[in-house]
Amino acid sequence: MIMSTTQESIRTTVLNFLQKNFVFDEKKQIADDESLIGAGIVDSTGILEMIGFLEETYGVSFLDDELIAENFDSLGRIASFMKKKIGTAS
Amino acid sequence: MPFHKDILALDAMREAERIAERVRTQVLQVLHKRGAVVAVSGGLDSAACAALCTLALGKERVLALLLPERHSSPESTRLGNELVLALGIKAITHDISSPLESVGCYRTQQEVVKSVFPDATAEWTFKITMPSLLGHDRLNMPRLTVHTPRGETFAERLTHNDYLMLVAATNFKQRIRAMQVYFHADARNFAACGTPNRLEYDQGFFVKGGDGLADFKPIAHLYKTQVRTVATALGVPREIITRTPTTDTFPLSQGQDEFFFGVPHDVMDYCLYGCNNGYPPAEVASVLQLEPAIVERIYLDIARKRRTTSPLHLPALLVDPIPEISALKEQALCAELPAS
Repeated sequence: MIMSTTQESIRTTVLNFLQKNFVFDEKKQIADDESLIGAGIVDSTGILEMIGFLEETYGVSFLDDELIAENFDSLGRIASFMKKKIGTAS
Repeated sequence: MPFHKDILALDAMREAERIAERVRTQVLQVLHKRGAVVAVSGGLDSAACAALCTLALGKERVLALLLPERHSSPESTRLGNELVLALGIKAITHDISSPLESVGCYRTQQEVVKSVFPDATAEWTFKITMPSLLGHDRLNMPRLTVHTPRGETFAERLTHNDYLMLVAATNFKQRIRAMQVYFHADARNFAACGTPNRLEYDQGFFVKGGDGLADFKPIAHLYKTQVRTVATALGVPREIITRTPTTDTFPLSQGQDEFFFGVPHDVMDYCLYGCNNGYPPAEVASVLQLEPAIVERIYLDIARKRRTTSPLHLPALLVDPIPEISALKEQALCAELPAS
């Protein structure tokens, strides 16, 4: 899949994914720094699904050491980490 | 009271008598049943429950069911039989491999293993593992660990779909066991005894409609350490008391800590108690000789698991309450409450 990969576009893509699959409300906004796990937006199975979505959507593969809350526990962290990850991969 | 190593200590016989009194009321007066069926796994919790039911109801009113399947350790059946002998209760053994085969449990498991490891054959053993909470602060990513007949071990992260499918297929085991328990309970007008300890009940480590399905759960309020103390006082064989808790669910031996809790039972016991009773992580960490950050991580994981698994505790949701039935439930719950 060809994706625009600015940090903002990644944020929008992930927000849409969360709204569609976890929040079930396409108007619900999630703050950039809101903890996805802490706020109960995704559980551990949800994180697994989101990681799979990111790998498939952006054609990347995460190393075990990268699978930490610091990289994936908020929209802002995901967008920032994915931007770097895609940059590294390309 | 400051947090200390003996904080989970209790008077085992006094607690056993208290539980037995409650079980007698629940089974005979509230449920109107004549005895109890306990699925005995060869582990500590079901052994403690069988011993408590025997104390409460007498050996003639307790039936132990041993329900091994293709992936069960032979040790489990051996220890289950030892328990039955020690308690002097009746037992029936049913191998449930055949119904599991019929519903596609093993075939589906094998399909998932092959989707992750295309070279896998039926001889490869496997299990699901989670990262330890004692190590790095990793996300809870389940891995499929396999062992080949040549002695090699490989592990790969599971995809979301493969994980759900493997868990769903494996849950057939607990659900078919529950069907067997209720068959034998119905046939004797007995009640089904559930065997979760407090860690399992609180953290949702059970299968809805499987081992979570029961008429009464006599040790759901006890931490694992306390279950061990009570079981010891009731004469449960030492080999069962000291056995490392396993899931006995996958063909490759799997500890409950590596599949679900992320830490050994003794650590989990203290942390859950500390968390429930308002002890700061640093105070618990100092007694356990752990880094405070690790106990903080465990406290967070406790809250997460409790929230994630909370739907497992819910009955089926109704559009409108049915007051006539709600009143009956209230009446039953009041009847089982101890006199104040």
